[in-house]
Amino acid sequence: AMLRASLRQVSAALKEGRVTPTELCQRCLALIKSTKFLNAYITVAEETALKQAEESEERYKRGQPLGSLDGIPIAVKDNFNTAGIETTCASNMLKGYISPYNATVVQKLLDQGAVLLGKTNLDEFAMGSGSTDGVFGPVRNPWSYSKQYKEKSVPKCPSEDEESNWVITGGSSGGSAAAVSSFTCFAALGSDTGGSTRNPAAHCGVVGLKPTYGLISRHGLIPLVNSMDVPGILTRCVDDAAILLGSLAGHDPKDSTTIQDDFKPFELPDLTDVSKLSIGIPKEYHAPGLSNEILALWSKAADLFKNAGAKVVEVSLPHTHYSIVCYHVLCTAEVASNMARFDGLEYGHRSDLKDSTESMYAATRREGFNDVVRGRILSGNYFLLKQNYEKYFVKAQKVRRLIANDFVKVFRSGVDVLLTPTTLSDAAPYMEFIQEDNRTRSAQDDILTQAANMAGLPAINVPAALSERGLPVGLQFIGRSFQEKQLLAVAKWFEKQVQFPVIQLEEVKRHDSDVFQHQKSASFS
Amino acid sequence: LAPWVPVVGLEIHAQISSNSKLFSGSQVQFAAPPNSLVSFFDASLPGTLPVLNRRCVEAAVMTGLALNCSINKKSLFDRKHYFYADLPAGYQITQQRVPIAVNGSLSYNLCIDNKMSQMVTKTVRIKQIQLEQDSGKSLHDDTRSQTLVDLNRAGVGLMEVVMEPDMCCGEEAAAAVRELQLILQTLGSSQAVMAEGQLRVDANVSVHHPGEPYGVRTEVKNINSIRFLAKAIDYEIQRQIEELENGGTILNETRAFDSKLGCTVPMRDKEGKQDYRFMPEPNLPPLILYDAKSLPANMNHQQVINIDWIHERLPDLPSVKREKLVEQYGILPEHSFTLLNEDGLAEFFESVVKRTQMKPKKVIGWILKDLLSYLKQHSLTVKESPVSSFLLADLLNLLEKKEISSTAAKQVLAELWKGEGKTPLEIVKEQKLELLQDQKELEQICQAVIDGQENE
Repeated sequence: AMLRASLRQVSAALKEGRVTPTELCQRCLALIKSTKFLNAYITVAEETALKQAEESEERYKRGQPLGSLDGIPIAVKDNFNTAGIETTCASNMLKGYISPYNATVVQKLLDQGAVLLGKTNLDEFAMGSGSTDGVFGPVRNPWSYSKQYKEKSVPKCPSEDEESNWVITGGSSGGSAAAVSSFTCFAALGSDTGGSTRNPAAHCGVVGLKPTYGLISRHGLIPLVNSMDVPGILTRCVDDAAILLGSLAGHDPKDSTTIQDDFKPFELPDLTDVSKLSIGIPKEYHAPGLSNEILALWSKAADLFKNAGAKVVEVSLPHTHYSIVCYHVLCTAEVASNMARFDGLEYGHRSDLKDSTESMYAATRREGFNDVVRGRILSGNYFLLKQNYEKYFVKAQKVRRLIANDFVKVFRSGVDVLLTPTTLSDAAPYMEFIQEDNRTRSAQDDILTQAANMAGLPAINVPAALSERGLPVGLQFIGRSFQEKQLLAVAKWFEKQVQFPVIQLEEVKRHDSDVFQHQKSASFS
Repeated sequence: LAPWVPVVGLEIHAQISSNSKLFSGSQVQFAAPPNSLVSFFDASLPGTLPVLNRRCVEAAVMTGLALNCSINKKSLFDRKHYFYADLPAGYQITQQRVPIAVNGSLSYNLCIDNKMSQMVTKTVRIKQIQLEQDSGKSLHDDTRSQTLVDLNRAGVGLMEVVMEPDMCCGEEAAAAVRELQLILQTLGSSQAVMAEGQLRVDANVSVHHPGEPYGVRTEVKNINSIRFLAKAIDYEIQRQIEELENGGTILNETRAFDSKLGCTVPMRDKEGKQDYRFMPEPNLPPLILYDAKSLPANMNHQQVINIDWIHERLPDLPSVKREKLVEQYGILPEHSFTLLNEDGLAEFFESVVKRTQMKPKKVIGWILKDLLSYLKQHSLTVKESPVSSFLLADLLNLLEKKEISSTAAKQVLAELWKGEGKTPLEIVKEQKLELLQDQKELEQICQAVIDGQENE
């Protein structure tokens, strides 16, 4: 059951020779093929992955592995630049675009011997909360095909079948979340601007970490909102997320928004005593539309901490309900600016319409961008007009400051970590989700995750339990700036308490039953 | 008719003299093969980020200090959006909200009635200096209906120097720009050669009656030399006056100077007012500069810029150099202007003075009248002079020692000018230009001439 092992476990297995990098890589590639219906991957880099695996194998043979990531198959969201491998952002604008350079985080992974399996699917240019609005089609939540979901789902009519019943992954890093959830890789990179790593993590039952802004380099991450974007980490357990964090964090001279201080990778402590912890429960996160199920789960989690001796207090983040509107203004403004470079001149799609520069630009952008992207560009440009700038953009910046200050006050009052839901409900069926437009959905779904991006704080989704429909529900922890160690320690403790079940997927069972059956099978222990 | 008061302000873009561009590591070089100096960031490849070039900041601080500005210890970067083929990102990174330097002044000198002996000093206020990116170049090929884009220049660092409308005519503007050029070249912050596009000047021109509010102003662009700057401004002032006197109005427009026709014409591609949708540049933190007082104790000095440190190391500015030349060599103030006005001439002069016994007050005549006129006639720079300072010094020594007459000296200079490698002494001997001191020899020659005359 190598595929279902944790990163730490498989790393040990590689070191001990119980499995080789090429075997591991081949299994992952085979599983990717069998789970193609999930549409989690846009590009599978089979040749280069196998080559990387071979090189890793050589190093293991010589007894000189590069570290705990050597030989580990990983996937990367398709808005990170990967040299020689197509980077599309799930958009017609960049279909066929082969970047000449690696994003810093990608380079770091490769430098440590990780095996890059491929680029994962997303909402176009990371705009969306369903991973349904990319040009390569929607991503399907692996849990749609799980035993747990199938047992609980009652077809509404006889003609309804598995095909139309599948649920979304959430977004925009849905492909990465699905890849990790379906065991085709041991970790994946996502991005998080308003919740795009934590949201799909919650829906797909995996750990999704949003690091503090400025901790991990954004060089090579195609930006959505430069002042809020961070690379996100998706893994199957908190411990694995800590390993990834350790190999990615740190100052990058190529990214002037990364902090200068030296980052010291930490060993994640195994908390046994939480009595010295203070957990804050922000009352405003009891948001309209929050399902009773999740409300109950949230309450149960708070009790868990209380019963273990932690101090659990209700706190207030009074400006929470302004964050969606504020985010909308700031996000669209930056989008309008960031998308201005896509003109078809230097790279990417170029329209055949060439009567004049202007017409070429206009046609290229109309053809290359989907409605969601174009809508945000138009909104953003409106807010940036001279006559509107003070009213909207500057005002939103001021409100952003208030939102960030809410957190500062709460943390200053002695609270160590905040506990909130991640999503309003479990994953919606695709057919239901697409009844509302992208903007409406984003506004609804981002509400619990997006303030952390405003304030630049670290936050993590930990899978907590299965819903009545047999789908994952996660809870979110928000920590102090640059205090990932404490945040992850608390998350790890919680993970241990809840013992979230392993997804029962037929395809995985088939690929993972093997010679190594006598090995201990993985579980969240 | 009521008198008109012309008002002239200037926006000057000076290319920063640095090895690499303002926000990326690609090289800065004039006339390189197209698109050979373009980094991923310059080409606006998605995911690339700007990284500020320290040298460019130092150049701006130096320039700000030399122009008596207050240096803002905290300045900000902004994005200015517009679509154009030579702007790959669709925006330029500039400093719109808080630039690096503000509230300075520049003193310059004018001759009254073209008499160099009557100079007057004027001042123009410097509103601000801001750091910003240069754009690439686009060439329109109408015959093939295509536009060729060269991004070599895209991202090169610029200092935009804004001069308040304190000037009144082309001559003043030209003199102010000339002085700025000399300052920049002295500092080394920009080579400021207009012909190579390292110094670009746009003029804002308006006219009004005394006591009335300022008139509508036009912006004049596409000026390629200081001489054309004066011409363009004076033409535009005249045009506006004539227009208004004929009952017309002045449009707030951008006009291009046509050097062939000597007039300004409306520019076609600038229609209407653009909304640049300024937005803070989110990828660059505020630029923080320090001085001796505010410098934190344990700061890595590679990471910071100390304004006082730069101030202490500023070279002598042209005005100071001129004073020193006048004081040291006893030359006239207007001489010092000419010396500094020609690149390398002051150094040439000092080199000659060092090597000759002739008094500097006399040497200056040879430099400014003889040498300089030769150079001008043949359109040569001082560096290209076939007569080196050593040669001229040798020649002047012969004159000073009375071994030749001054007429002979001019003849030798003409010969030296051919650049055939002969020394002054060799030429004197060849052409028998020595002054004869020997009484007896002189008598013999005179006798020979008289004898010759008698035979005719």
